This record gives sequence, structure tokens and C-alpha cells, in this order.
Amino acid sequence: MINTSAVATHDESAQAAKNYTEAEMLTVMSSRVLEDGKVVFAGVGIPLLAATLAQMQRCPGLTILFEGGVIGPFIEPGKLPPSTNEQRCTKRANMVVSSTDVLLLLQRGHVDIGFMSGAQIDKYGNLNSSFLGDDPSNPKVRLPGTGGGNDISSLTNMIVAMKHEPRRFVEKVDFITSPGFLSGGTSRYDSGLRAGGMFRVITNLGIFGFDDATRAMKVLALHEGVSLEEVQDNTGFDLLYDEGGIDVTKAPTEQELQALRELDPDRRYIG
Amino acid sequence: MQDSPYLNLRQRLSKRDRSLREKVMTLEEASALVHDGSHVGVGGSTLSRTPMAMIWQLIRDNKKDLSVYRSIVSSEGDWLFASGICKHIETSWFSQGIVWGISKVMRHYVETKKASFQEWSHLGMGMRFRAGAMGVPFMPMRSMIGSDVVSLRPETKTIDCPFTNEPLLLVPALNPDVALIHVQRCDAYGNAQIDGLPFMDIELAMAADSVILTTERIVSNDQIRRAPDQTKIGFFNVDAVVEVPFGCAPHECTNVYEPFLSHMDYYTGSVNKDPVGAMNEYIDQYIRGPESWNEYLALLGLEEVLDAAKRGRSLLND
Repeated sequence: MINTSAVATHDESAQAAKNYTEAEMLTVMSSRVLEDGKVVFAGVGIPLLAATLAQMQRCPGLTILFEGGVIGPFIEPGKLPPSTNEQRCTKRANMVVSSTDVLLLLQRGHVDIGFMSGAQIDKYGNLNSSFLGDDPSNPKVRLPGTGGGNDISSLTNMIVAMKHEPRRFVEKVDFITSPGFLSGGTSRYDSGLRAGGMFRVITNLGIFGFDDATRAMKVLALHEGVSLEEVQDNTGFDLLYDEGGIDVTKAPTEQELQALRELDPDRRYIG
Repeated sequence: MQDSPYLNLRQRLSKRDRSLREKVMTLEEASALVHDGSHVGVGGSTLSRTPMAMIWQLIRDNKKDLSVYRSIVSSEGDWLFASGICKHIETSWFSQGIVWGISKVMRHYVETKKASFQEWSHLGMGMRFRAGAMGVPFMPMRSMIGSDVVSLRPETKTIDCPFTNEPLLLVPALNPDVALIHVQRCDAYGNAQIDGLPFMDIELAMAADSVILTTERIVSNDQIRRAPDQTKIGFFNVDAVVEVPFGCAPHECTNVYEPFLSHMDYYTGSVNKDPVGAMNEYIDQYIRGPESWNEYLALLGLEEVLDAAKRGRSLLND
């Protein structure tokens, strides 16, 4: 369990002064994880917004790929595509290819980072977007499925952006749609997945990585005013952390928020 | 000899008339080429270049027991399940679109076991069409391994590569009986040009035993021959050509129209609230009711058609 005495307590004045939504926070924090010169395979919604924001703010040499088969598109502020398989995604792109070929770029190793939203994640970074309930042949809820999620998480270093809630952060997902580190340790490699793995999980509460040996989720940083206790209370498994080794992120800047709001003026994704 | 699966695969193609011949027909005539129990590959992906008019016609003709294969399935999957013409869909993702959440129609039919949705990864679907297009029984790939997606797919095999000794997943070829593909333009022989994202359509066409093209417009063979590098599906591989302007409505066709968003909002709003009753009403009113595809478009409304067309030209504007 987490020793809460070691970390800052909840700062109510900071909370009250927030001039951004949770989704804006999530997007800005996600964008900061991306690096210039890299190739990122982005899903629709927060990943696309965050990648575009990173491109505008710090990473002019960041290349974005979409599942539909789009390489290096130009995202028009206010005209975000509703999915990554539509003509709007191809606006002023450098190249379009078949959707099989764009995924083969991942398999060949042309892509550094995969970046998706998550619905349910577990301790080892496995993601579920297929079934809720114990028995896939008799599911409580049939979810839409993997799409490219399984391929992206099998073949790249993954960043996942998601809302931090106990029902979303579970000990073990009902179904591994997109593999993280499976059952931890070397199990991912041993299963035959040679490349990639879960790199970062970004939530409205903090930034998380995975322990090098056990591959269990670990707290790397908390957002301003968020306590370790609050994070643990919103997580369905025990989080790892280094005593005294948890950073505090810097709040989104006015400049970041302004750019983000120009990208999504109808606030379809930023709340 | 007779038992060779490979020779059977070739023989199904050799029955085709591959000559450079006109094959323009109506939706009704093309529908007659789709037999009950067929395995049907559907072109496009999600809301893009979906051959909606052809699927609409198959429903009106009360086809039975179709199995459908597509990279990503959107609202046409609701139509297929709810109309009763299809009880089995293999795809990587199935709902109307991310902005509309989870399809309650899909959920109803799958959770009550009235129909099955068999899940493959997106690359898995692509490699299956590719194997089918190449005339080989499987393709190796490196995703799906280790996940529960593969544990639900006994059709796959994991092997140690005979060259490197590393694990590989083998996925079986897909060779649909018929492929339904919508394109921006083709000639009367079926030489087709595709603008924008090709998705998995070229391999789907090569993999299938027969191909029905619906097209925004039919152009001359001369126009095709002026730019043969733009021909993505060849005449020898096509069995029917049907000219259906706005044949993907309410989905999109690159550079011609974007999705009919108001109609999609209306449709998803009503069927996700009442996946049986409202869906049946939709089928009666919009699919079985109209006299023709143009009458279906009229039901969607002129405003909606013009708005989708205006947005459709946006990529061409600087």
C-alpha cells in the first residue's frame, strides 16, 4: 500500500484556481510526453489533439500517422476528423497507403510511438476494448473491439491517455484486447511479442510508467494538487512508486491552453 | 488433384468470363449475383466508401445467411444484423463511429446471440485479405500474439519461424465469394480508379471470386487508358458495374461527399435508444420503403445531400 505521509497533501487552493477541464489537462500532459523528430501513430480524440498540440508548440518535426493509412497529415484547427479512417484525415498529407500497409510500417519498425485512448487498463498495462464480464462467449457488454489497438500495442512503445477511475484501473482486465506486459516480468517477450511495450499512461491525476523488472504500473509524477492517496483511491490495484521519487507536473500554461482551444473550438474533445 | 484446395481456388476464378466486355447493370441485377449463404467482403472502412446502396439492395431482396468480412464495420453492420440477412460478421471494430459510442444494435444482436461478431485485429483482417489476394493459404504476422484476441481465434496458428526460430502468428486467407466495392469512377468494363484512402479494397478485390463495383460515375475506357497507372482494380477482376451516385450515403466517398452527419446523428440517436423497434422502423422506412436509391436520398433530404457534397469537396480547396 501507499505511504501517504511521504507526499504532499491535497492542495485545495490549487484545485480551486484551475482554469482548465480534465480533458484539457490530459491533452496537455500527453502532448508533453511526445518528442520532436519521432513518428507517432495516433488514435482519434485526445491522442490526435495532443500530437497536433505537440507539433505546434515544441515538435515541428513530429510525424503523425493514422490507422486509415495516412502519413504526415495537416490537421486544420476546428476541423478535427471524427475517425482516423475518413477523408478529413488525409488533408494535405504527405502520403496515403492502404490500411494494411500503414500497420506494416509498425511491424517493420518505422514508427516509434503508438498513442491511444483507453477504456480499461490493468496493473501490467493490458487494455480491454472487447468484452465486459468474465466470459467472452457470454459477455455482459460487447464492446466495439480492437480496431488497430492490438496491432499498435503489439508493435510500438505505447502511450495511453485515459480518465483515472477505479472501474477503469483494474487489477486484471476482463479480456486482453491490446497487450501491455501481459502477466508482468518477461511474459510479454516470452509470448512472442518481441518489440514495444507500454511506455506511459497519462491520466487526469498523473503520469505513470512501468517497473523495469516486474513491469507493474508505477507512479512517475502527479499533477499539481493531486495526492498519492487520491491516485491510489482511484486505482483498483496497488501502485508502485519510489519514495521521494515522484515529480509534480507543471500546470498547463496559458499558451498551451490557448492553442488547444483553437484546435477544438467546439470543445468536442476538451470538454 | 481434385482435392487440392489451391486448384479449387483457381478453378472458381477460371469460370469467370474475363474478357474486356461491358458489364453495366442495375442494383437489382447485381444483387442477383449474390447468393444465399455467400461469404461477402465489403470494401471501404468505417464511414468511408461503404457500398451502402448495394447492401441496401441485398436487404430489399431478402438475402439469407450471408457472412460478412470488412476491415472496420460501421452502421451497415446494424443494417445487416437487424434486417436478418446476415448473422455473422468478422471485423476488427464494430460500432457506428467513435463519436456515437457503442452501437446498441450490435450489442443487442451479439449479447442475445442472435448474431456473431468475430474479432480479428485490423492488421489480422488485412493479412487475411492479402493472403487471399496472393493465392497462398496464410500470412505470417507479429501482432495478436499473446493477447486474448488470439485465444478466441482457433483458426490461427502460432509457429516458430523456420528461419529465425522466433514466434510468428499465421492467419488464414480470406477468399470471399463476392466483394462489394464502391469507387469514385470506373469504365463499363470495370476498370476502377479510387481517390483517397484505398483501405483493403485492392486486395479484397483480388482475393474474392467475384467483384461487384458500384461507382459514383461511369467514365469512358479512353479516359481510363489515358492514365492506366490510376487503375486500381482491373476489368478482368470485375463482374458487375452499377452506377449509383451517392452510393455510400449516409457514409462518405472521398472528394465527392463527407458523411451525412445530421442523418447519422438522427439514426444513431434513435437506434441506440431503441435497438429493436427503432431499427425495424428505420429498415421499413428507409430501406424497404423507397421505390429506388434516389428516393432513399430524397428521404435523407436535399439539404443534407448538398451539405455532404459541399464538405466532400473540401480537400480540393486550398
